Amino acid sequence: MNFYALFAQLLELAIALILAPILTGWVNQCRAWLQNRSAPPLLQTYYTLSKLFHKDVLLAHNASTLFRAAPYIIFSCMALASSIVPTLSTDLIFSPAADAIALVGLFALARVFIALAGMDVGTAFGSLGARREMFIGFLAEPALLMVFFTASLISQSTSLSTIVETLAHNEIAIYPSLAFAGVAFSMVSLAENARVPIDNPTTHLELTMVHEAMILEYSGRHLALIEWAACLKLFAYSCIGIALFFPFGIPEASDPASLLIAAAILVFKLAIGGFVLALIETLSAKMRIFRAPEFLGTAFLLAVLAMLVHLLLEAGR
Amino acid sequence: MRQLLLLDWVLITALGWLAIGLVGVSFPRRLTLISRVLFPLGAIFGLVLALLALSGMVAGTQVRILPLGLPDLPFHVRLDALSGFFLFLLGATAAGISIYTAGYFRKGEGTAPGLQCLLYHIFLTSMAFVMLADDGYAFMVAWETMALSSFFLVTSEHRHAEIRRAGYLYLLVAHIGAVGILLSFGVMAGSAGDYTFDAMRDFSILGFWPTIAFLLALFGFGAKAGLLPLHIWLPEAHPAAPSPVSAMMSGVMLKTAIYGMLRVSFDLLHAQLWWWGILLLLIGLATALFGVIFSAIQTDMKRLLAYSSIENIGLIFVGFGLTLVFKSFLLPHLAALALTATLYHCLNHAFFKSLLFLCTGSVLHATGERNLGKLGGLIHRMPWVTWLALVGVLASAGLPPLNGFVSEWLLLQSFLFTSGLPQGYLNMLLPVVAAAIALIAALAGFAMVKFFGVVFLGQPREEKLSQAHDAGRLERIGLLWLAAGCILLGLFPNVVIALLDPVTRLLVGSGLRDAASSHGWWLLAPISEDRASYSPAIFFGSIALFTPLAYWAVRRYYHGRLKRVPAWDCGFPLQTSRMQDTAEGFGQPIRRIFSPFFKRTREHPSPFDTQPRYRSVVEDPLWYWLYLPIARIVDYGTRLIAFLQQGRIAIYLLYSFVTLLALLVVTRG
Repeated sequence: MNFYALFAQLLELAIALILAPILTGWVNQCRAWLQNRSAPPLLQTYYTLSKLFHKDVLLAHNASTLFRAAPYIIFSCMALASSIVPTLSTDLIFSPAADAIALVGLFALARVFIALAGMDVGTAFGSLGARREMFIGFLAEPALLMVFFTASLISQSTSLSTIVETLAHNEIAIYPSLAFAGVAFSMVSLAENARVPIDNPTTHLELTMVHEAMILEYSGRHLALIEWAACLKLFAYSCIGIALFFPFGIPEASDPASLLIAAAILVFKLAIGGFVLALIETLSAKMRIFRAPEFLGTAFLLAVLAMLVHLLLEAGR
Repeated sequence: MRQLLLLDWVLITALGWLAIGLVGVSFPRRLTLISRVLFPLGAIFGLVLALLALSGMVAGTQVRILPLGLPDLPFHVRLDALSGFFLFLLGATAAGISIYTAGYFRKGEGTAPGLQCLLYHIFLTSMAFVMLADDGYAFMVAWETMALSSFFLVTSEHRHAEIRRAGYLYLLVAHIGAVGILLSFGVMAGSAGDYTFDAMRDFSILGFWPTIAFLLALFGFGAKAGLLPLHIWLPEAHPAAPSPVSAMMSGVMLKTAIYGMLRVSFDLLHAQLWWWGILLLLIGLATALFGVIFSAIQTDMKRLLAYSSIENIGLIFVGFGLTLVFKSFLLPHLAALALTATLYHCLNHAFFKSLLFLCTGSVLHATGERNLGKLGGLIHRMPWVTWLALVGVLASAGLPPLNGFVSEWLLLQSFLFTSGLPQGYLNMLLPVVAAAIALIAALAGFAMVKFFGVVFLGQPREEKLSQAHDAGRLERIGLLWLAAGCILLGLFPNVVIALLDPVTRLLVGSGLRDAASSHGWWLLAPISEDRASYSPAIFFGSIALFTPLAYWAVRRYYHGRLKRVPAWDCGFPLQTSRMQDTAEGFGQPIRRIFSPFFKRTREHPSPFDTQPRYRSVVEDPLWYWLYLPIARIVDYGTRLIAFLQQGRIAIYLLYSFVTLLALLVVTRG
C-alpha cells in the first residue's frame, strides 16, 4: 500500500462529498437560466441539506428498521461508488476493489435498498415508485453494462483504472464504437439519475413521480442523506462519463501537484457536463412511463451496436 | 482387515442417513423423537459428509465395488473431485435444511412424521449415491430411488387434488427423463461393451454416436434440471411440496442433473464438439430468460421461487455451454474460468434458494398463506425470518458483496473472452449473450424486490397476519446456517476457487488456483489484476464502515430526534392496506413489456355490472403449444391400442398363440 494512493483516494472521496451538491446546484442554476427563471444560488443544495439535517425526523408508524437504515446504506454505497471511479488519479486504493461490473452491482444494491425502503411504509405511492424504479433499473442496467463491455473490449480489461489509462495515455486513436457507447451512456445516465425525459426531479405530481414517490415518506436527516446520495450518484455518473469518453487530463505521474491540476480540470469538465445536462433537460419533455422501454431499448441497442462496431472494425488493430 | 478409505466413510455417512430414516419409521408417531433427535442427527451427518467430501476433493480418485445389487451386477462406486464437490454441496445444504426441518414438523399435517423422516432420508441417501455411482446400473437405481422418494415427499399432503396432480406431473417428467438417461448410457455401454463408467471412459465411441449420447443425456438431465421446454413440472411440484422438501429439491436435486450432465459430457465422452456448447448455451439462455420473466409475474411465493430456480438453472447451463465451447477450441484456461463460474453458481444457488424456500416455509406456518396478495408487513412480526430472507434475496438478485454476485461476475468475465475465439461469427455473437445475461440479472433483481417487498414490507394485507409468529429456535439455526453460507461464499471467493481447482483440473485440464491466490485472500483476480479484479472484502468493509460512520456523524453534529406520525402519502387522507401494490400490480410492467411470452386471458367488467369483477390469468403458453398437443396424440394412440383389449379370454389366448407362432418363425429364420 503506498501513501500516494491513499492520499489520492481520500482527496477523491472528499472532493466527491463536497462537490456533488454543488454540481446539482449548478445544474439547477443552468436550467433556471435556460428557462428564463431567476436562478437559486449555487450553494442552494447545501442550504437545503443543512435545513433537513436540523429538522426532526417524522417517521410513519408502520416504518421498520429497514426504512431507517436504508438512507445510511444508500449514502455509503454512493460514497463508495464515487470513490471507485478514477477521476483524479488511476492509482487509487479502491480501484482494485471493484471493476466496472462490480460498480454496476453497487448501483443496483443501492437501488434495491431504496426500492425496498419505498415499499416499507406501505403507502400507495411508495410501492408505485418502487415498482417504477425497478422497472427502469432492469431496462437501464444491461445498457450500462454493454457500454462498459465496449470500453473493456477496447482496453482488454474491466478494471476502470486500466480502461482510463488505456484510453487517456497509451495511444491516440479515435474509436467510432465509443461514439455509440457515449450516446447510450448519456441516455442511461438520464434514466438512472431520475432526470427528464424519464423522471422529473422537481415534480410531486402523482402520475409522473418515480424517484420522488419512493422517498415521499422520508424527512429530516434521512431525507438529507438520500438527497445527498442522489447528488453523489449524479456526480459518480458524470465522472464515469468523463472517465470513459473524455479521460484526457488524468495525471500519469504520481505526484501531489498533478492532483491539483487534475482537480481543476475535473471541475471544468463537470461544469460543462452539468450545463449539457441542463440543456438536455430543457429541450426535452417528460415521457409517459411506458415510453421508457423504447428510450432505454434504444440505449441498449446503441450499446450493443457499439460493441459490434468495435468487434467488426477495431478488433483487428 | 482392509484400511478404510475416505470413500468408505462417505458411504457409511450416506447409509447413516438411511439408518436414521429406518429408526424414524419404526416409531412413526413419536414426534419428539423424530424432530428433536433424528433430524438434528441427520444434520450432523450432513456436516460430516460435507467435511469428508472436502477432503475427498483433493485426495484423488478412490473406487470400491459394493456387494449390493444383483448377483452378477455389483454396484461400483467412485469418489473423485467432481463427485466430491457435489457431495459437499449436498452435505452442507442438507445440514441447514435438516436442522430447520427438525423445528418445522407439526402435529397432524399430511403423512405421518415417521414416514416422512424415512422418505426424506432415503432421498438424501439416494442423492449421495447418484453422485457416487460409477456404473450405469447403480446410477439408474439411485436416480430412480431419488425420483420416487421425492415424489412421495411432494405428495405428502395427498388429500388435495392439485397436489396429487402436481405429483403426477413430476413423476411423469422424471420418468420420461430417466428413459433418456438410460438410452444415453445404453449408447455408451453398447459401444464399450460394459455398463461401468470405467469401460465407457476407456472406450472412445465414433461417428455420430457421441452426439446421440450427448443429446439423449441432455434430454434426460434437462428434464430433471427443468430446462426449457421440460421445465413444466417445476412450478407445480415446488409449491405442492412441504417447504424443506422444496428447498432440498430446488437446492440440491436440480444439481444432480448438472452433475450427471458434467459427468457425461466431460468424463464419459472423450471429445466435445463446439456446437454442443452453443446448443447448451442457447437452451440455457432461453430457460433463464423464460424463468425470470415468469418469476416476476407470479403471485404465489413458492411458484415465484420455483421459476427463479428455472432461471438459475438456465444461467448454470449458459456457463456449462461456454465451458464446452472453450474446451472444444482447446482453450483450457478459459474453460476453467467458465466452469468455475458454473460450479460456483451451483453452490450459490443451493444456499440462497434453500434459504428462501425455508423462509417461505416459516411464513406459511406463521400465516397459512402462500399468496403474495394476502401477505405483507411481516417484518414487524417475524424479524428473524425477514432479515435472513433479505440475505437470500440480495444474494439471489446477484448483488455485491453476497455470493450470487461472484458467480455472475465470473460468468460475465468469461464472456468477455469470447471475442478471441477462432470461429468466425461466434466471437461476434457470444459477447452479445452477455447482454442478455445482464438483462436476466437485472430482472432477477426486480423479481426479488417484489418477493421481499410484498411479503415482508408494507402493511399487513389481511387481519390474521397480526397473529403471525417468528420462526422457532431450530428453524432459526437452519436459516442462519444457510444465510452465513451466502455471506461467506460471497466474501471469500478465493477460498472457493481454490476448492474448485481440482474439479476443473479433472474436467477441463486447467485450474484457477494460482491466478486466484496470487493476490492475497482479499482480492479476486482470476486472470490478472490489470484485467479484472473484485474485492468483496473491501466492498463489504467500506459499506460496513461508511454506514455507521454516517450514522455517528449525523448524531454527533446534529441530533437524533424522531417523532412517530401517520404516513404522509402526499397528503391523501384515506390510506388502507389495500392501496399498496399487490403482486399483480408489481408485475404489471413485466406483463406489459413481455406480453408475447404469456398466454393471458382477461375478463373485464362492463360499465353496467352491478358487481364488477376483473380477472386476469397468465399461463405458460408452452402448455398449449406443446404439452396439450402431445397429450392429445398420446391419448389418441392409446385409444387405438385399446382396440386390442376386447375383454374375452378366447381373444387373449389367440394373441398368445399368434405371438408364439411369430416367435417360432423368427427364431427358425
